[in-house]
Amino acid sequence: MVETLEQFLPHPLLAIIMHAALPMVIVFPYVLFAVWLERKVSAHMQDRLGPMRTGGWHGWSQTIADMIKMIQKEDIVPSRSDKFLFKFAPFLAFMGAYAAFAVIPFSSEYIGAHLDVGAFYILAVTSVVTLSILMAGWASNNKWSLLGAMRTSAQIVSYEVPTVVAVLSVIVATGTLNLMTISEMQTGTIFNWLIFSNPFLLIAFVLYFISSLAEVNRTPFDLPESESELVGGFQTEYSGMRWGMFMLTEYADMLLVSLLGSVLFFGAWNSPFGDFMSGPVWGVFWMVSKGMFFIFVMMWLRWTLPRLRVDQLMDVCWKYLIPIAFINLVLVALWEMLF
Amino acid sequence: MPELRTEEMTINMGPQHPSTHGVLRVELVLDGEIVVDAIPHIGYLHRCFEKHSESMNDYQQVIPYVDRMDYVAAMSNELGYAIAVERMLEIEVPERVEYIRVIMAELQRIASHLLAIGTYGLDIGAFTPFLHCFRDRERILEIFESACGARLLYNYIWVGGLSHDVPSNFKDKVRDFINYFPPKIKGYNDLLTYNKIFIDRTADVGVLPPEVALNYAASGPVLRGSGVDWDLRRNDPYSIYDRFEFDVVVGKGEMGTVGDCWDRYIVRVREMEQSVRIIEQAVEQMPDEGDVKAAVPKRIRPPEAEIYARTETPRGELGYYIISDGSMSPFRVKGRSPCFVNLSVLPAISRGSMIADIVAIIGSIDIVLGEIDR
Repeated sequence: MVETLEQFLPHPLLAIIMHAALPMVIVFPYVLFAVWLERKVSAHMQDRLGPMRTGGWHGWSQTIADMIKMIQKEDIVPSRSDKFLFKFAPFLAFMGAYAAFAVIPFSSEYIGAHLDVGAFYILAVTSVVTLSILMAGWASNNKWSLLGAMRTSAQIVSYEVPTVVAVLSVIVATGTLNLMTISEMQTGTIFNWLIFSNPFLLIAFVLYFISSLAEVNRTPFDLPESESELVGGFQTEYSGMRWGMFMLTEYADMLLVSLLGSVLFFGAWNSPFGDFMSGPVWGVFWMVSKGMFFIFVMMWLRWTLPRLRVDQLMDVCWKYLIPIAFINLVLVALWEMLF
Repeated sequence: MPELRTEEMTINMGPQHPSTHGVLRVELVLDGEIVVDAIPHIGYLHRCFEKHSESMNDYQQVIPYVDRMDYVAAMSNELGYAIAVERMLEIEVPERVEYIRVIMAELQRIASHLLAIGTYGLDIGAFTPFLHCFRDRERILEIFESACGARLLYNYIWVGGLSHDVPSNFKDKVRDFINYFPPKIKGYNDLLTYNKIFIDRTADVGVLPPEVALNYAASGPVLRGSGVDWDLRRNDPYSIYDRFEFDVVVGKGEMGTVGDCWDRYIVRVREMEQSVRIIEQAVEQMPDEGDVKAAVPKRIRPPEAEIYARTETPRGELGYYIISDGSMSPFRVKGRSPCFVNLSVLPAISRGSMIADIVAIIGSIDIVLGEIDR
């Protein structure tokens, strides 16, 4: 892909920058769309309409208007905060989320970096988000923010374990950490997808989905920013576009875990109908559609379920998810050995 | 390893906080996430209701003020005040008025409980039940609006009668509502009440033992949630409540201990069903003809006396203690606020719980700051 770009562009560096910026073409419009979708999904679940005016058809441009509003807002930095960390945290958060898109195979022709340790890289780089949340909570000099940040770090560090073990089950089944190779292995019809190749991978997917909900701080695990307890958690002191960056990160993270889920379990960019509707461009379509489906499920859960308490959250992780994940890993390995 | 120095953190919850249901400030002493102490501070919404009442020229003029005490259950407040003054004056109100009052008070109870369980879901983190509750509450507000023009602060129940007669289609509207509403209760139960996470969050949390509830003089769903079978509508009937058949719902500790947050919550849900029963009977028995203003006195000049009259509002025992010096304006009007008394149990039941539990406990007490601070 970089080579193709180099032919058209005057300087190789420009090609690299363009190549690196390509996921933005998906991520930014996606965030605008997803925030609008979240409003619509919640509205229809709650027997109301959601935004209807801005832009005409079903308020389609509401989030664009919101973004313009956020950019225009005064940039408030609390006077007694740690100014550098406070200002830097939202960008670090987004960097962590965006960097992970480098190894997501959007189509058979496009992947940011052909890393042989793609899965490992994603798990490592998404941990940066924890750091930025901790930074934001500490730098705000606000007790509620600090509480929120502490909860987040505890939560994300804990839930990384079952996530990693669930991803590891796929690695055991495929024998590679390269996400492109994993995608290519699932070419063919829907039955070639990994989730149908091994009954225990289905369990692995459920584990992955639950713990990824916690990783991206979505209900029922949205404790870090639980508005009814901690006001806004680590985001309490943020406003305007800095707050917007956290929002962007949250939605980018949702897309990331959904895409990773579809790469690992649901055939990545492969069409479910074999050769029908397949190809590099259809690949992007399938990839994004699969991702959006999981995002819809996340929204569905968010507007249905209450929130867990912090100790129950830890119980779910350490007493249930982690033991099940490890036993499941052994079973996946056994199945792979036997069949 | 050297011992780490630790200390407790004091943190202010409120007065601007999404889950203190208004302007309550709770001073929390925290040990990590564990609450060592919770001290409620009130007074941010004090509007001198009692002092205002003393300078009114007429007993009737106090009614808009009592509306603004418990602003989500204004009908019940008016009813309590009207009954107190009527007892001082020893006037009998027409039959039709009594029925309308009971229907209004019970509709108000449903509306208030809907708000309580909806915001309770919100406190626990479930947003959707809240809006479903508001959708159904809206129907009640529509009935109120058609009767008196106001949606929240009605000034409808007057001493000796009502400000307006109900519209001609009132009975149909109420019947429509009682047909519409019971299936919705099942919806709330499916969505929230029996949700595993909701039960985990509320069962065995903020347990208020019956003897503690009695010691603190708690009333209403908070008292009944602790398993104490006490409801003024049955134990000390006022208006015409003795003519209706209904059950007093008490907490049984189905999901945990008797007197936990879930019990207080479920008492409200089941009380709505009982209110529907009362309304059904009242609509059937209500006479169609009658002047609702027949007994409204032209001048209210009670004899020199004092009275304490109590009614069961959605939040508990609302009492009015009125002293008259024989003039046109009351000498003293004191409101015995159920929320104020119920809130006082907060420190006793929240020590040792977690921050998230504090939110659950405050929500389950269902306070309205307008009534606490008056």
